[in-house]
Amino acid sequence: MSSKSSVEAAPAVMAAEDNDEELSSLEDENVISASEDEEGSEDERKHTKLLEAISSLGGRRRMKQTERSEASLQVSEFSVAADGAGEKVELSDLLGTMEKTPGAPNKTKKQLKNLQNRKDTLELPLSKQETEKIQRGVAYKKSSREVSRWESVITQNQKAEQLVFPLRQDPTGHKRMEQVVAGWKARTPLEQEIFSLLHSNSQPIHDPVLTPVEEASIKAMSLEEAKIRRAELQKARALQSYYEAKARRESKIKSKLYHRVQKKAKRRDFLKQFEEMVKTDPDAALEELKRMELSRMQERMTLKHQNSGKWAKAKAIMAKYDHSARKAMQEQLEINKDLTQKLAVPSEDEDEEKNGDEEAGALPDFVNDPEPILDPVNPWMRGKLSKEEPEPEVEASTEARDEDLEVQQQQEEEEEEENEEEKLLREFERKRKLREDEDDDLVPVPQEEENQTLPVAGAEQASSIEVSAEDGSKITDNNDEDKDDKVDEDDKDEEEEEEEEEEAEEVVSEFNSLFNRLMKSNTTPAVPDQNEGEELLDEGLVRVQTMEDLEALRKDRTNEANQEASVPATDTPTAPESASEPPNKKKRRRKEIDLKKVLTKQATVVKVPLAPTVLEEEEEEEAEVHTEQAAIIKEAFAGDDVISDFLKDKRKQEEAGRPKVVDLTLPGWGEWGGLGLKPSKNKRRKFRKKVAPPPPRQDKKLPAVIISEKRDASVAAHQVSQLPFPFQNPTQFESCVRTPIGQTWNTQTTVRKLTAPRVVTKMGAIIEPMSREDLVPKQKSNEAKRGAAILLEEKRERGKKKGSGGKRALQQKKKKMQKQKKTKE
Amino acid sequence: MLSGRRRKGYPAEVEKKTCTTKMAESSEVAVERKHVENKKKAPKRYWEETQNATKKVEAEKSSDESKQENTDKEKGKLTHDEWRKKKKERTHGKFISGKTDPFPGDAPIPEERMKKFQRGNKLEVPAGTRLKLRETLTRSEAGSDLAQNQSARYDLLLTEDAGFLEGEEDEDTCTISQEDIAEAVDITSGSKYFNLHLTQFGPYRLDYSRTGRHLLLGGRRGHVTCIEWQTKNLMCEINVMETVQDIKWLHSEAMFAVAQKKWLHIYDSSGVELHCIKKFNDVLRMQFLPYHFLLATASATGFLQYLDVSVGKEVAAIPTRCGRLDVMAQNPYNAVIHLGHPNGTVTLWSPNQKEPLVKMLCHRGGVRSLTVDKTGTYMVTSGLDRKLKVYDIRAFKPLHSFFLPAGASCLSLSQRGLLSAATGDIVQVYRDACGGAPVTKPYMAHRVRGTVWGVGFCPFEDVLGVGHAEGFTSMIVPGSGEPNFDALDMNPYRSTKQRQEWEVKALLEKVQPELISLDPGMLGKVDNATFEQKHKERVEAVGYDPLAHKKFKPRMRKRGRSSAGSVEKRKNKVAHEDQRDVIRKTVGERMEKEKKRKESAKVQLKGGELSVLDRFKKVG
Repeated sequence: MSSKSSVEAAPAVMAAEDNDEELSSLEDENVISASEDEEGSEDERKHTKLLEAISSLGGRRRMKQTERSEASLQVSEFSVAADGAGEKVELSDLLGTMEKTPGAPNKTKKQLKNLQNRKDTLELPLSKQETEKIQRGVAYKKSSREVSRWESVITQNQKAEQLVFPLRQDPTGHKRMEQVVAGWKARTPLEQEIFSLLHSNSQPIHDPVLTPVEEASIKAMSLEEAKIRRAELQKARALQSYYEAKARRESKIKSKLYHRVQKKAKRRDFLKQFEEMVKTDPDAALEELKRMELSRMQERMTLKHQNSGKWAKAKAIMAKYDHSARKAMQEQLEINKDLTQKLAVPSEDEDEEKNGDEEAGALPDFVNDPEPILDPVNPWMRGKLSKEEPEPEVEASTEARDEDLEVQQQQEEEEEEENEEEKLLREFERKRKLREDEDDDLVPVPQEEENQTLPVAGAEQASSIEVSAEDGSKITDNNDEDKDDKVDEDDKDEEEEEEEEEEAEEVVSEFNSLFNRLMKSNTTPAVPDQNEGEELLDEGLVRVQTMEDLEALRKDRTNEANQEASVPATDTPTAPESASEPPNKKKRRRKEIDLKKVLTKQATVVKVPLAPTVLEEEEEEEAEVHTEQAAIIKEAFAGDDVISDFLKDKRKQEEAGRPKVVDLTLPGWGEWGGLGLKPSKNKRRKFRKKVAPPPPRQDKKLPAVIISEKRDASVAAHQVSQLPFPFQNPTQFESCVRTPIGQTWNTQTTVRKLTAPRVVTKMGAIIEPMSREDLVPKQKSNEAKRGAAILLEEKRERGKKKGSGGKRALQQKKKKMQKQKKTKE
Repeated sequence: MLSGRRRKGYPAEVEKKTCTTKMAESSEVAVERKHVENKKKAPKRYWEETQNATKKVEAEKSSDESKQENTDKEKGKLTHDEWRKKKKERTHGKFISGKTDPFPGDAPIPEERMKKFQRGNKLEVPAGTRLKLRETLTRSEAGSDLAQNQSARYDLLLTEDAGFLEGEEDEDTCTISQEDIAEAVDITSGSKYFNLHLTQFGPYRLDYSRTGRHLLLGGRRGHVTCIEWQTKNLMCEINVMETVQDIKWLHSEAMFAVAQKKWLHIYDSSGVELHCIKKFNDVLRMQFLPYHFLLATASATGFLQYLDVSVGKEVAAIPTRCGRLDVMAQNPYNAVIHLGHPNGTVTLWSPNQKEPLVKMLCHRGGVRSLTVDKTGTYMVTSGLDRKLKVYDIRAFKPLHSFFLPAGASCLSLSQRGLLSAATGDIVQVYRDACGGAPVTKPYMAHRVRGTVWGVGFCPFEDVLGVGHAEGFTSMIVPGSGEPNFDALDMNPYRSTKQRQEWEVKALLEKVQPELISLDPGMLGKVDNATFEQKHKERVEAVGYDPLAHKKFKPRMRKRGRSSAGSVEKRKNKVAHEDQRDVIRKTVGERMEKEKKRKESAKVQLKGGELSVLDRFKKVG
């Protein structure tokens, strides 16, 4: 099929030559190359070339002829019909085959039909320029939105008095160790290696300080509690060590008496225990009993108490003379007797029981109950033994008993001590248990105590201050106030302290006011004596309870006093005022001052206590009249001369300062000119340039003063010649500059504030450009942090203030938690 | 500090001696006035005002709160002050215990003290100002408020009070003799009254150093000595073998200037002559401007000269054209020099102007002496007309005029405004002579042995030094010295090291002489001169008009004829045209002269001897 089409293509091309001239020559060549295998085609090509050459000869340059072809090797000449070339390809032509093909799905057929029915054409795609324009617009909007986010930050920074870089500074102060460690990363190869090692051994890397258990424990226990617990533990440990030491000491004691007593005590203890055991745990008691039996048997076997030993023999010899030896012997014998006594065999017991049973018929039940005194030899079997103990002692000699008593007392004391210690230990134990049960509770007692004690202390302080104030440290009042002020400034923020201060202040201020009043009353001599007497009397009558009352009382009294003393009081101050004021007032009122009047103004004559000697001498030396006259004449003449000279000078200065009129008249222009002819008045008036009058002289109203109007250019070199930017008028600028900022005129803090640099950078820190994260989330986090801090503070305060309440709440929480746990279990 | 305490000792001691009832009259009057006030209104509680103030503040705060909250949120972090404020707001001035602070807020500062540290007027920011401007203004206002507040608060640290002298009810304080005072006060203070009998070398002039520790005496007949007067330690004593007109300490006690018969000499504290400045001749009076390091001299030839002692340069020499200048004072406030003249005028000078800044007629006779107070408010003059006048030198208006029977030859004002006037051999001291009511009698008076030649109050001490014909007298004047000294400025108790450090600092902070003018705040003002005026000044300063000639700019030409080379060529053609003109002219003139000379020579040669009538011949 392909060969056919290629063959058929050639004539078609030839036919279409006229129509399609613009087809590329490249395709042409392709076609040629495609049909190269055939010789005929080569000829044809040659022929066409020839034709082309001929046609090109014909003057008019023809466009390259092109031919339409298909780029395949086996193109048949006959496949494409030449007659269909001019016609449009309809959609139906293409889709016609669809309906014939059976395999095509109905759906696609429908769609195609719809397509066929549709008549509206697709819109033309926008031109490149327009699309680009739209794209640019969108991009601009997007980027401007992005950028405008920074605006607030920028304006803020522009406004800011001071900028501190780098922007993200680590909060100063202490960091928790965990934070430091967590933030740390392995950088150097060594570190990395170590880390990899740790990793391989599954050691904690990121939070190596705390295991989860530890964290939990930290969470569970507050610092204070931990401290308390530590203290407890310390105490317990110390007690334990004391115990041990004591035991060691006791073991080294060689006194037999002591040991004997000790043993007895032990026995007693044991008995007590045993008794309890009998009640609570009979099985264990039985066991114990068996053991005791065993030990007794062993002792019997050893013949220890047979009085056959070396010691016993020696004692036996001594017994004749020595009382104590005899006693010891007796004791030994006693023990021996005890030991050697035959125990009641169970059968016997049974017999006895039987007997008892027999007897029981006659006797009531309670007879069977163990009788305390019945069996003194074997106390173990009896119920209550404590009462028996004194009896053997009674048996012992009185002296020994005394000694025993002493020792016993000692021992009892020791026991008591021990008991105390034990109590403490027990207490600790109990507490620990409690703690385990109820997680973290502060000890409420001390706080309550504090609360109770605080007001008392405050009152005490106040009272002490009062006392001290009364003692007469009156001069220090101001200082006290100052101190208070300073304290206020310092603002320690400790409520308790502040309370105390307040109280102190109140006291002090009250005292101050009182004192001031006292001082006033002292310093007012206008108040007559009788008034004071009245005051004293009044004090007796009316009881002044508050400051206001006192004030009012005082006022009344002073009023009375004023009424009495008003006449002299008004007289005295006015007299000197009237004397002093008038000259000043006159000066102010009179604007045009006569120079001569100013100069010859009435001078107040000063009385001098010591007459100058020089004048006296002169007077002595020369004739009085002559000198006086001479002086007067000289003065008069000098005065006249001086004034006129000065006035002349002033006038001259004024003249010099006035700008001169410029005469620009040219004679002969517009009128006759010549010798003896002057330009007319009109013309002169026309051509005289009048300069604007200068501002009034500074000394206009000062007749005796000439102030130079010349501008001082030397300062101008240092002055600001143009108004700097934000200011709109010079007064604004001048007011901004008026305050000196140097150390000479200001305090240190002020200087530091006024001369703070606009930008502060940290040495060695990299100032990175602001990142997008700095914009919004930072604030949030900041706020969150602050919120957290505030919360924490509040918690703390609450904990401090109402520790018990908080504790209770916590306890409740704990309980809830435990319940939950239980339910889970 | 020590001195202050000593000074404090005076009143009590003096009172013991003289007073039976301890009440002063003035205080009585004051008390009565208070009494009257009490009658008028209900007694004001000291806490009322503060409470009101706080209420106001709170109201303001609440109004500002909304704004503040926003800004705070934006800022993200709070300063400590803000935090405190916020806390206060939260708690509403109450403590958690429920108590209220009886003294909420900062301690109030007395208004008087605030006024003392006020610098200029507060600026109200108008409503329509731009945001940026408003911000800068408010910020600067806040800064100056802070400065004022802080300074007023720290004023508390100036604890020392000035001393005073109080007599019995009928007793005038001026009748209390120096001996009595010296006996009454403690030994150290008593030793400050002493006499030096130096009869040989004529009347003495004196000068205290700025710290008040050192005294310089210059006898008219050449005797110059400097003493550490409190310890009576003689530092140097020389005779310059010439008339000594005046003496002055320079910036420290290491150097002093002596105006001798012909020239100005500078010596160091051990009496070695350092300089003889021949540019300054016939000096009669001297003043040293400590912050400018300028030594101003007034000479008999009528010249006012300024010597910069830090660089040794003559800053200005002004011919005053007012004759012999033997009355001189400086205004410590603005470093303007006041000169008194025989025609009764006082002129004010700065080194920047050749004419007096102000010329005022003060006396009908010649001016004998004048002095200006520390704050630059008052000037006191005395003239040959035997009058003593007090002027408000800011407004140039007379305030008081006193008639002294013998006139005052020497005047001096102390740091605290006490005025000493010497009439013949009597030294009088006036209190409150400048402001307030006119004085009728002196505060203190003392007769010295000879005619007074110079008086001067000692800084930071209650001492007045009097130089006279028979030597020197140091007298005690309670309340004259400033009790609180600024150790950074002038420390009477400084060590050598401290002095050296101060010297370096002072040199670094030296004020340039150009800044001397009547208003010392000129520097902070905007120069509002017109362009023309400025241009004129520039022309004067440079010597020619820099804008007169426009620079030649060659015309742009086309077709490659405006290449850089050709432009340069064209410029060269025109360059120095005016100069060339001048040269051409001068050369032509010279040529002509030459020609003439030659011709005349020819004529001479032709004529041989000149006849008498040759002068009438016309020369071609």
